[in-house]
Amino acid sequence: MGTAKLAINPQIWFSARSRWRMLEIYFWLVTLIPFFLFPSYLSLASQIAITALFALSLDLILGYGGVVSLGHAAFFGIGAYTAGLYSIYVTGEPFSGLIAGSVFAGLCGFAASFIVSRFRHLTLIMITLGLGLIAQEIANKAHWLTGGSDGLQGIKTLPLFGMFKFDLYGYVAYAYALGILFVAFLGVRRIVNSPFGLSLRGIRENLMRMPAIGADSRAHIRMAYTIAAMLAGVAGAILAQTTQTVALESISFQRSADVVVMLVLGGAGRLYGGLIGAAIFMVARDQFSGIAPQYWYFWIGLLLVGVVIFLPNGILGGLSQLYARWRGK
Amino acid sequence: MSTALAARGVNKKFGSLVVANNINIALPTGARYALIGPNGAGKTTLINLLTGMLVPDGGDIMLAEDNVTSESPQARVRRGLARTFQINSLFPGLNPLEAVTLVVEERRKLAGQFWKNLGSHRESIDEAYEILSKLRLGDGCYQQTRELPYGRQRLLEIALALATKPKVLLLDEPAAGVPQEESGEIFEVVGGLSDELTLLFIEHDMHVVFRFATHIIVLVGGAIFAEGSPAEISADPGVREVYLGTRGHG
Repeated sequence: MGTAKLAINPQIWFSARSRWRMLEIYFWLVTLIPFFLFPSYLSLASQIAITALFALSLDLILGYGGVVSLGHAAFFGIGAYTAGLYSIYVTGEPFSGLIAGSVFAGLCGFAASFIVSRFRHLTLIMITLGLGLIAQEIANKAHWLTGGSDGLQGIKTLPLFGMFKFDLYGYVAYAYALGILFVAFLGVRRIVNSPFGLSLRGIRENLMRMPAIGADSRAHIRMAYTIAAMLAGVAGAILAQTTQTVALESISFQRSADVVVMLVLGGAGRLYGGLIGAAIFMVARDQFSGIAPQYWYFWIGLLLVGVVIFLPNGILGGLSQLYARWRGK
Repeated sequence: MSTALAARGVNKKFGSLVVANNINIALPTGARYALIGPNGAGKTTLINLLTGMLVPDGGDIMLAEDNVTSESPQARVRRGLARTFQINSLFPGLNPLEAVTLVVEERRKLAGQFWKNLGSHRESIDEAYEILSKLRLGDGCYQQTRELPYGRQRLLEIALALATKPKVLLLDEPAAGVPQEESGEIFEVVGGLSDELTLLFIEHDMHVVFRFATHIIVLVGGAIFAEGSPAEISADPGVREVYLGTRGHG
């Protein structure tokens, strides 16, 4: 096209990469629709926002850093239990509960990162899987603290800003979840467009070259892993606060596996991939489980195989390719 | 003249195979050394030992006055010891501008800044672009590395190493796999590097070696077989027999 050959200067090229696009603004406007058009689906919308935040946190380490994890629910669950316990024993004020969940999940992530940053490939998958199982069984065994398989009961969430009560319809809950998701998204967007984000992509693209350019990859991975754990903890905390319970499921292997599926469906390493993947996954679950509750994973399995074979960069990757072709590039 | 890089009595075995046998070398600052020898002589292994990608069984690696034998590869890079790879080891999904900027940011210790927009680090970006332009990579610098022609990728190998601002640069067959008519361009770049930079390169093409090297080390079976000026090496009957004679002149 005519504009392609303008002499661009390197700084402008970098700045342009992080500029907001129209499509992004539309995307966030669409997330407001449930308030007006589908008030009966607001609780589903909250679930989607929470799951999207969880997927976004995984995208930071998996999509950008190339660090695979099959135990990411550990941090989601730790955040959920911490926020739940915080509301029971300290206060039901939501924002401080969020910080508590995030900080504790981040501390656990920081500790785990010293192991995680040393390994790669199958070894890494097995280690994260193992760590996830350990976290799950600790939560299961510590019945006195977590309620074990009965779930953590008795969580009370005070009104947002002391003004907005969490209502039965879920208006406040969705506004809360969506607001936090948006803030977290701004943060992650900033990170991936930072020098640190570039180093993460370097690690993903060629870990072996990193020492030869003088980079300390392990320190980078530790930092990314800690941030990702904090964000996963935030997602878990919102779930605990808005549903006022924490089920053992929130720290389960199933949740770890689901979030990887969502990210792969949507497209890893492209910010919006996790968000779109989470939306597709949650809506599919809602619809398919209405048809055949026991077998709905069949459809997810089918979708996953189809996407991985035909759209290796996920649904978003496929769409952006189509868009590029349509633009005549 | 001071020594920029030295190996002192370096030994390395893989099982029973001796890949480095009592290697002693000393590169004076600003020297242009060629490392030659038949396939399997241990040339790349020696570079791995010097850069810390392999740990020697015995002996010391000295960078200027400091013993760096126990230091990690990245620590040595930060001290000014850089290398390139015989087989491209690039960042396929980044474009050259991003890749070189990444190296510059790492060198300037800015790579941990996760709250800053990369676009605001003008100096790093400018420096990266300057390096790319010098290596005639400015034009294709927005194109993904995996889409670059192979010869450009070989130049990018060198650009990544240069962006660490090395004092000593080890080039492992910089023109490997490049058709002969294009390899000239790569060695023009190598020849045009600053005089203060100490250089060691592995190369099979004897025309290139004799043109660019001020000093030649011949490695055979993991040991130094001969060492000297190009004139001495080409006159050495032993070298002719084990190396030059069997392989001819490229």
